Amino acid sequence: MKRIKKFKNVEELKKAIEQQEAARQQEKKKRVIVVSSGTCGQARGSLKVIEALKKALREEGLKDQVAIRITGCHGFCEAEPNLIIYPDRIFYQKLTPPDVRTIVKETLVEGRVVEKFLHRDPLTKERAWYENEIPFYQKQKRIVLGDNVFVDPTSLLEYLAIGGFRPFIKVLTRMKPEEIIQTVKQSGLRGRGGAGFPTGLKWEATRRAPGDIKYIICNGDEGDPGAYMDRSVLEGNPYRVLEGMMIGALAIGAREGYLYVRDEYPLAVRHVTLALEQLYKAGLLGEKILGTDFSLDLHLAKGAGAFVCGEETALIASIEGRVGEPRQRPPFPAQKGLWRKPTCINNVETWANIPLIMLNGADWFSSIGTSGSKGTKIFSLVGKINNTGLVEVPMGITLREIIYDIGGGIPEGKAFKAVQTGGPSGGCLPASMLDQIIDYESLTAAGSIMGSGGMIVMDEKTCMVDVAKYFLNFLRDESCGKCISCREGTQRMWEIVRDITEGLGQPGDLELLEELALATKEASMCGLGQTAANPVLSTLRYFRDEYEAHIYEKRCPAGVCKNLIRYAVIPEKCTGCEACKRACPTGAIQGTRKDVHLILYDKCIKCGACLEACRFEAIEAQREEAITIVREVKP
Amino acid sequence: MITMKINGVEVKAEEGWTILETARFYGLEIPTLCHHEGLTPYGGCRLCLVEIGEGPRAKLVSSCTYPAEEGLVVHTDTKRVVQARRMMIELMLSVAPYSKVIQDLASKFGVTRMRFKIRNEECILCGLCVRMCEEQMDGKAIGFQNRGYQRKISTPFDLRSEECRLCGGCIYICPACQLRCQGPQAETAICNACLTMEPTCLDFYDELQCWMYDAGRCGTCVREKKS
Repeated sequence: MKRIKKFKNVEELKKAIEQQEAARQQEKKKRVIVVSSGTCGQARGSLKVIEALKKALREEGLKDQVAIRITGCHGFCEAEPNLIIYPDRIFYQKLTPPDVRTIVKETLVEGRVVEKFLHRDPLTKERAWYENEIPFYQKQKRIVLGDNVFVDPTSLLEYLAIGGFRPFIKVLTRMKPEEIIQTVKQSGLRGRGGAGFPTGLKWEATRRAPGDIKYIICNGDEGDPGAYMDRSVLEGNPYRVLEGMMIGALAIGAREGYLYVRDEYPLAVRHVTLALEQLYKAGLLGEKILGTDFSLDLHLAKGAGAFVCGEETALIASIEGRVGEPRQRPPFPAQKGLWRKPTCINNVETWANIPLIMLNGADWFSSIGTSGSKGTKIFSLVGKINNTGLVEVPMGITLREIIYDIGGGIPEGKAFKAVQTGGPSGGCLPASMLDQIIDYESLTAAGSIMGSGGMIVMDEKTCMVDVAKYFLNFLRDESCGKCISCREGTQRMWEIVRDITEGLGQPGDLELLEELALATKEASMCGLGQTAANPVLSTLRYFRDEYEAHIYEKRCPAGVCKNLIRYAVIPEKCTGCEACKRACPTGAIQGTRKDVHLILYDKCIKCGACLEACRFEAIEAQREEAITIVREVKP
Repeated sequence: MITMKINGVEVKAEEGWTILETARFYGLEIPTLCHHEGLTPYGGCRLCLVEIGEGPRAKLVSSCTYPAEEGLVVHTDTKRVVQARRMMIELMLSVAPYSKVIQDLASKFGVTRMRFKIRNEECILCGLCVRMCEEQMDGKAIGFQNRGYQRKISTPFDLRSEECRLCGGCIYICPACQLRCQGPQAETAICNACLTMEPTCLDFYDELQCWMYDAGRCGTCVREKKS
């Protein structure tokens, strides 16, 4: 790593940026291999791929002609580990170390594209040669995530090379705090953490709050199952978030700030720590930044793994060293926040948008999106979807476009059933809502929330009651337990839904569930409790027939709930291949080769291994005929 | 002085008062359980819920923690409040059915059903004892453990606390420790022995509290307004 020297004034920083940009222009003449290596990439072996790549380049004698850039996540998790060869932008995916050797030989030495490593569209089966030809990227508008490809997140100079800190210089030298806030207000940026409060108003309230000491906080406590937008931004481009915070501090008049990052994100913590170190060394943080009167200290606070600490007052309590429990608002953090001083708390993605708004102007930002929701939003598209990954789309796009055009539809040709937006406290939207546009208001009207941007796609083999049970189980565990409405509410809802999935549902359960869900929503203090009922209410609203099938017919239409199903072999389809027999862990399948198999019910533990093993769809989940379990009589 | 409206009546509150304090100052009853004058407000039992604001933005908040604000519009006994409050009592009953305080609340607010499986924990985690120990007795011997459904009150590491002076403050203030009276239906989850009188109001009062603090049970006072 190159040594960073301290920038004494704005001119020096400007010069450094120009130098780095020029160097980047020079670099474009030679080949650069960009390897995506965020947490997801590393989990799928990108570190080994990088080792193999370095070795292969050394052996071919290309070490000096080809540069390697190791970056954060590019969003296309399905294709990890992947690499892009610049300047052609050839995109190779799902690589193993031996593959890299082939690529170096074929593409770099002989100039041929290796077809088998190219991306193949799951629907059209066509191969895409270049990164920009991949449908996954085509409909996205990657203003926040896009730069991840161009930046080594561990190097400040790399960030300067893409024009980083130009927005900060502009703000520092040419704009008054009021003008900055006015620009943010005009841009129409709303909080990306979920509730969608206008960022400009929050800043203004904090600035106007009486008191000399003010704080800014970056909320990176992303705890939703299946959501990792903030992680990827922090891992892939931490400087942009920090620059956003610096601009915010300047506008609000804060001299100190915290980044609250959950400790379960070791790579994000590492990159943020490194970025902070380098910024201090470069004189961009600390006393008298760039020789001006502006001073700012930023600290990293590590979250210890509580979902509720994503709630702002709980997060503040956690930073202060108290138990992470929410408190009543008002007073809002903008009036009395951290250490009872005015505090502005924004989500990672919100902060990351700030430098872009400052650079390109409020009009540019507000030209993207719908009338009420501006800009783009990153969603983590996961679940039963072909192209798993992070997608950044303009507000106002439809669910259909995200799921089918970008996500490539549902795997194995199955039918779409529902999409769960907004994390555990969001709601499930059915197929009839696919043409729903995405912005804060319309998602709320549909019974879900924007949340921090989780998007879990479910196919026809998903039981919605089981889904509700899963999210309730998460919430009853993650509720802080302060309010009885949330603690007992989620626990009791979970009990009712669990009983339903076990075939113990009774008439009247749904009415009680609805009543309880509504009370939990109304009576709870913080956002967790107020939205905890959403998984229940939305599934009840759109999939009530499934609940009813469980209760009255003791049948699980999707064949998921173990107590209500049994696996059986369809004799006409069974080829007698013994695949299921080998997969069965309890030896419950009988039958000889080329003979129709049989499942012994007394031995079967309903693990579903046979269902997965069978390639002929010869095993199905049937309704369990003999349900004799009776729920203990309620007092 | 802060001017606001409670149940249609203009009231004045001192700076720093909560909605609950203001209401009580004017003699308006709001039920509480985890609230105690000598302890910091907690907002855990959700009994003191009131409806604030008007129209679609109206919401329920706990009056013990919500500060009096200029121009605030508060309703203490709307149908929404009563329904949520009853569900809270029902939830409390399901975990502490032998508490006299909670049984009395059930009778007072017309909770006649308890539809959940009894899980007798003899504690509703209102936190009165924890605050009593810390704030009044300067003991800090007990506190909350875990979160969510695993939350409980105990001493650190569940060991005999060296801080505890056996003052009994926690037991004194506990609403769940006192056994229910052995009424006519002692064996059932819900006693309702005190629930003898039926409300007699015949007319519809939108902004008045029921004299029995029991709005909604008879249905007269909370039925939809005739146009």
